[in-house]
Amino acid sequence: MVLIFAETWNGAFKKSTFEAVQYGAACAQAQNSEAVAVVLGPCTPPVESLGAHGASKVIHLHGSERFEPSSFAQALSDIARELHVSQIVLSGTSNGKSLAGVLAATSGAAAISNVTALPSSYSPLTVERSAFSSKGIEQCASTAACTVLVLIPNALGLKPGSEATAAFEDRQINWTPKSQVGEAQVASGKIPLPEAERVVSAGRGMKAAENWNLVEELAAVLNAGTACSKPVSDIGWRPHSEHVGQTGIQINPQLYIAIGISGAIQHLAGVSGSKTIVVINNDPDAPFFKAADYGIVGDAFDVLPRLTAAFKAHLN
Amino acid sequence: MKILVCISHVPDTTAKINFTAGGAALDPNGVQFVINPYDEFGLTKALHLKEKHGGQVTVVTYGDASVEATLRKALAIGADDAVRIDGIPSDPMQVAGELAAYAKGQGFDLIICGQESIDYNGGIVPGALAAILDLPYVNACIGLEVNGRNAELLREIDGGKEQITTLLPVVIGGKKGLVEESELRIPNMRGIMTARSKPLAVTALSGSPALTSANSFTKPAAKAAVQLIDSSNLDELVRRLHEEAKVI
Repeated sequence: MVLIFAETWNGAFKKSTFEAVQYGAACAQAQNSEAVAVVLGPCTPPVESLGAHGASKVIHLHGSERFEPSSFAQALSDIARELHVSQIVLSGTSNGKSLAGVLAATSGAAAISNVTALPSSYSPLTVERSAFSSKGIEQCASTAACTVLVLIPNALGLKPGSEATAAFEDRQINWTPKSQVGEAQVASGKIPLPEAERVVSAGRGMKAAENWNLVEELAAVLNAGTACSKPVSDIGWRPHSEHVGQTGIQINPQLYIAIGISGAIQHLAGVSGSKTIVVINNDPDAPFFKAADYGIVGDAFDVLPRLTAAFKAHLN
Repeated sequence: MKILVCISHVPDTTAKINFTAGGAALDPNGVQFVINPYDEFGLTKALHLKEKHGGQVTVVTYGDASVEATLRKALAIGADDAVRIDGIPSDPMQVAGELAAYAKGQGFDLIICGQESIDYNGGIVPGALAAILDLPYVNACIGLEVNGRNAELLREIDGGKEQITTLLPVVIGGKKGLVEESELRIPNMRGIMTARSKPLAVTALSGSPALTSANSFTKPAAKAAVQLIDSSNLDELVRRLHEEAKVI
């Protein structure tokens, strides 16, 4: 049996949740087994809709309002024991990462994070993962009876769902949180970076904070998240929460457009999981061009408005 | 306050990564090793807390004798004592088990880890350590204040942050924001001299088993050369993103 942590935010499934369900269902199918998704806390859409991505059953646990790693790990671990599951699948969102180690220890499971592909073997469980900040690929094998697999969001891609619905069961359980989760501040109307399929990012080449409207206009046309380089967040032109790179946020979008970013190795460490990288820089020797798929040598203030218009024309 | 800072000894960010023959392991030749950057923020935060509340900062790592240079650097930055768990780690649950075996019963008020190490990028150890010790865990921690036995923490979440309160002891997976980059400390000569006489204990393994192993490591395929597109022909970029890359 394969268990999936079906994460919600504000009572709705995250896109990464569907990816995790799809992954868990593929694992289950390869082992002639079943994929069971677990929803913890309030959930507005019908939980049986996870059947569309391959869950055969959904267990909905009630009584908890907010994510807290210890109590969520205990609840999932109890179900993992009851169902004798061999894999527990999570997406490596911020909550998934918070949960992974706690869950593995609580369940007596092994843990493999940064997973980038379906297992190549189930006996022993062997799976590819990314290491050394995307500079290495590891084939990792588990000898444990149960293994927690943490997926890199966006790395596997989401196939369209079917019309299927899953069986479901509601359960009321006792929660045992070890910490109290208080107020959350989330930028409204913004796409959270780790799950953005497209990201438009800019660096010091933008010259001033007030020029960011050009970046935001391009992002709006592409329905992309906005990000920035470390120097830009250090100067305070943009919030820290937009800093992508080694000490900031790591992202794996389908499309990453970098404007006026030179491409320091610390920056690349956070974005090299991107499928396609476009670099726009007025310096033809900017190191980022070496890591890019497509490059434009040009001035951001000249290129950006025209690029926004070109995308707009295409997408219409 | 008794604070434990768990440190990883990792290749410098700018290091070229190569693997030994057959992809068995990281090839350490020519690689400069440093304190894991996430841990460095945590170590500095520990020193700030000690300066404010008094107490003791212990650094611990799990590795062979080659990691002692990194522990000495942590002592030079200001930790009071260091512990090396003598062995070669290969799995996050094994590392968490060994760290827990060391920390158990020592009365630490706070255990600070980095949210992940920049070598194997596991991010598993801190949470597993917390669970084994039956302590609360706060990952991606970007703020921490202590009042008596109460800890107030800030955690980064997707697209924002949230406040968390808990009682000490607590285990955190920290990152930039615990302190700012400008607050990181570079060891000075006096620090380096006094580090030589600070205690560095070596403890034996407790026998925590490895549950995973690396079959092989490879380098990702080299990226094809960049396709430069003339800035006067942006429609061509859009076309290629649509037709070749299939991302729009």
